[in-house]
Amino acid sequence: MDLTINGTTHSVDLPDDMPLLWVLRDALNITGVKYGCGMAQCGACTVHIDGQAVRSCQVALADVWGDVTTIEGLGAPEALHVVQNAWIAHQVAQCGYCQSGQIMQAVDLLGRNSAPTDDDIDAAMSGNLCRCGTYPRIRAAIHTAAAAAMREA
Amino acid sequence: MSRLGKYTRRGFIIASVAVAGGVVFGARTYNARLENPLLGGLAPGEAALTPYVKITADGVTVITPRAEMGQGIHTTLAALVAEELDVELADIRIEHGPPSPAYYNGGVIEEGYPFPATDTGAIAEFARAQRDIPAVFLGYQITGGSTSTHDAYEKMRRAGAIARETLKAAAAARTGIAVAQLTTDAGAVVLPDATRLPYTDLAAEAGAIDLADAPELRPRSAWRILGHSQDRLDVIDKSTGRAVYASDIRLPGMRFGAVRRSPHLGGTLRSFDATAALAIPGVDTVIDIGDGVVAIATNTWMAMQALDAVTFDWASPDYPMETAGHFEAIARAFRPEQQDSQPRDDGNVDEALAGADVIEGEYRAPYLAHVTMEPMSAAAWMQDGALHIWAGTQGPTVARREAALAAGIREDAVTITTTLLGGGFGRRGEMDFVQIAAKVGAQMNGTPVLLTYPREEDTSRGPYRPAAIGRFRAAIRDGVPVAVDISTASPSIMSGIDARGGAPAPIPGFVPDFTVSQALWDQPYGIANYRATGYRPDALLPVGFWRSVGASQNTFFHEGMMDELAVAAARDPVEMRLQLMTDAPSRAVLEAVAAMADWGTTPAAGRARGVAFALAFGVPVAQIVEIEHTENGLLVRDVWVAADVGIALDPRNLDAQLVSGVNFGLSAAIGEEITVSDGKVEQSNYHDYPILRMYHAPRIHTRILENQQHIRGIGEPGTPCTAPALGNAIHALTGQRLREMPFGKTVRFA
Repeated sequence: MDLTINGTTHSVDLPDDMPLLWVLRDALNITGVKYGCGMAQCGACTVHIDGQAVRSCQVALADVWGDVTTIEGLGAPEALHVVQNAWIAHQVAQCGYCQSGQIMQAVDLLGRNSAPTDDDIDAAMSGNLCRCGTYPRIRAAIHTAAAAAMREA
Repeated sequence: MSRLGKYTRRGFIIASVAVAGGVVFGARTYNARLENPLLGGLAPGEAALTPYVKITADGVTVITPRAEMGQGIHTTLAALVAEELDVELADIRIEHGPPSPAYYNGGVIEEGYPFPATDTGAIAEFARAQRDIPAVFLGYQITGGSTSTHDAYEKMRRAGAIARETLKAAAAARTGIAVAQLTTDAGAVVLPDATRLPYTDLAAEAGAIDLADAPELRPRSAWRILGHSQDRLDVIDKSTGRAVYASDIRLPGMRFGAVRRSPHLGGTLRSFDATAALAIPGVDTVIDIGDGVVAIATNTWMAMQALDAVTFDWASPDYPMETAGHFEAIARAFRPEQQDSQPRDDGNVDEALAGADVIEGEYRAPYLAHVTMEPMSAAAWMQDGALHIWAGTQGPTVARREAALAAGIREDAVTITTTLLGGGFGRRGEMDFVQIAAKVGAQMNGTPVLLTYPREEDTSRGPYRPAAIGRFRAAIRDGVPVAVDISTASPSIMSGIDARGGAPAPIPGFVPDFTVSQALWDQPYGIANYRATGYRPDALLPVGFWRSVGASQNTFFHEGMMDELAVAAARDPVEMRLQLMTDAPSRAVLEAVAAMADWGTTPAAGRARGVAFALAFGVPVAQIVEIEHTENGLLVRDVWVAADVGIALDPRNLDAQLVSGVNFGLSAAIGEEITVSDGKVEQSNYHDYPILRMYHAPRIHTRILENQQHIRGIGEPGTPCTAPALGNAIHALTGQRLREMPFGKTVRFA
């Protein structure tokens, strides 16, 4: 079947029930999306389908219903997304392994709520684990990104 | 062409060596037999150099001897070089150093010394000055023990200074202008007429220069990078999905493996049947690795499915089948025959306790898992008898040895490439994933393989933070603690690591394991009769280093006790500690945290605060936790932390590590626990091993002090105080003394 990922169409011949996570990572070498738990507990595998954050470890290949965006498609070092800019300004990442998923989830949140409170952030982000405990800087970065997006709008 | 400079104070020989198109600056040590780590093309006389700084036409690369696992060490190591070399930090590229004993870490040796970090007397200081000698001979290339900054503080600045002066000498030789008239700025030597000669242009010539003297290091007053917050060199890659972890290594024709070992930890595999697994399309093979199997397939998902289709016959475990049995074994260890060490015995404790009103208590801490966000992984590729391993390892030299043993080849046929670590916390100092990857690489000869641990394998097979029991008996006279007899028992980390092949050298059984009584015996309290004893039960579940190691349980025991004593003496717990403290920097951090939290004011209704202090990894650190009773349960609102690292090289990164350490400690205090039933670990993934989520993450306020004499690292010291400070706050709020972790078993958190 054909998959559109970060604007590029890929043709894949893989089992219908293979999770999107592994299609991306092992078949297409798109490795910004991470394996953390395989059961929607950690959020490291978060990508967007048609702009909506999903856990790619829980989406079977045959069920992919739209265009897929991964962290690589969100922004590049020379053309950063506003959320990535905020992440860098706050120096959020430590080991960094969870941050692709955190950023994809934060972009989804800001798409639905342009000025989230701390409680809104906690509610939206609590499915994304960070073992380094970068949570306070994630909160701060989301507030910064919200303000920046507001200024740009 | 070899250019050996002068011996420095620590005993290095700093050298520069020409390489194709440039120059490498590095260190040699006492040991003339240290081999060349992968610097191809050098003449035999040059082969002993360990590179720290490489300058070619492409730019400046700092080759770091330590692993980046999130603690920001690559940026700090580069900053140490950049400060002396006069190059912009953002212009530096970073490479992990290859395995080499010359990348030894002298700092880790100090933690096992038999005197407390607060002892700055002549003997203690002499021993510290000699720390590099055992480190060199052990080839102790390890990232751990919060020692990287401390170890590198002089080394990396010296490499930068030598490089700068050598480049100036090259510029002088080219232009005929005296070195004294040259300056350096932003990656260039600057001539008196302001002409800039970029380092990259001078590099080839610098390779032929021999410095007569090692330059002096710049005083702190001249620093422009160190002491100021820096942007992490890895932050853009980690915010754009470009950072490469071992799991992200992709090679031509790569296959993907997943592992399953005995649910009875460390147990053997009697037999298995892989017939059904091999019938699954895309599954290549199922490899017997002795204590389990690795399924190899066209992708990781299929490999995991193959594992589920294998039937196993596992041998029974040789440890107790239930958690209770493990604690019974630990409790039985409190007897002379199982004493590991008694590093403190001041006054006469038995006499002081006899006839006194004895206050006593017993504390318990469970086994804990690391659950790094990246499960264990490694890539392996055997080609023409040579094995290349890509791994996020905290110990590359040991990894090389273990890979060679596992693959049945010579060590010099093994190449280790250290990738970024998706979390370490001590787990990636273990060698299991390297050993398994090496076995699989050898079996799949010619085909590159990526090994991934399914999360369930990562969580349920250890090694773990040891389960532990702490006991105290104490007496108070006239409101002052006059006798303390505190003891701790936990299985030995060091003997376990030795048995698993993770130690740099064999550890004799008679040597005490410093981790057992770590941070229990050396706390800077002046109590007239004060004894600390560590006991070592026989091996139970496999145990290893877990962020803050022995301090992770012993600070809980010790600081719970101190709070109990303050309550019994009807004293303020901060004021009582301050009265007892014998170390000025320790007193200063406690005073600082008390000021930050407005200790002494009454918390708002329904709220309470608790305090704890620790001297851990040479860092005095104090924390105050404020909690609130809500209708949904207890809410941890604020944590204040003060710590003294001697010299603060990067304030924003120090804040990040303290916050990280607090959240790591809080996560364990609230909800983490590994338990055993039917001989198997009961937890398998994040649903039954819950780690801290954002809604539980408090506001954390940090302050760094610089009063102590030595520079210290901060990766671990943030962790130990959080559990006792929280437990003490819960006592203050509810009157309930929680002596068993995790607290979430006894009280409800919001």
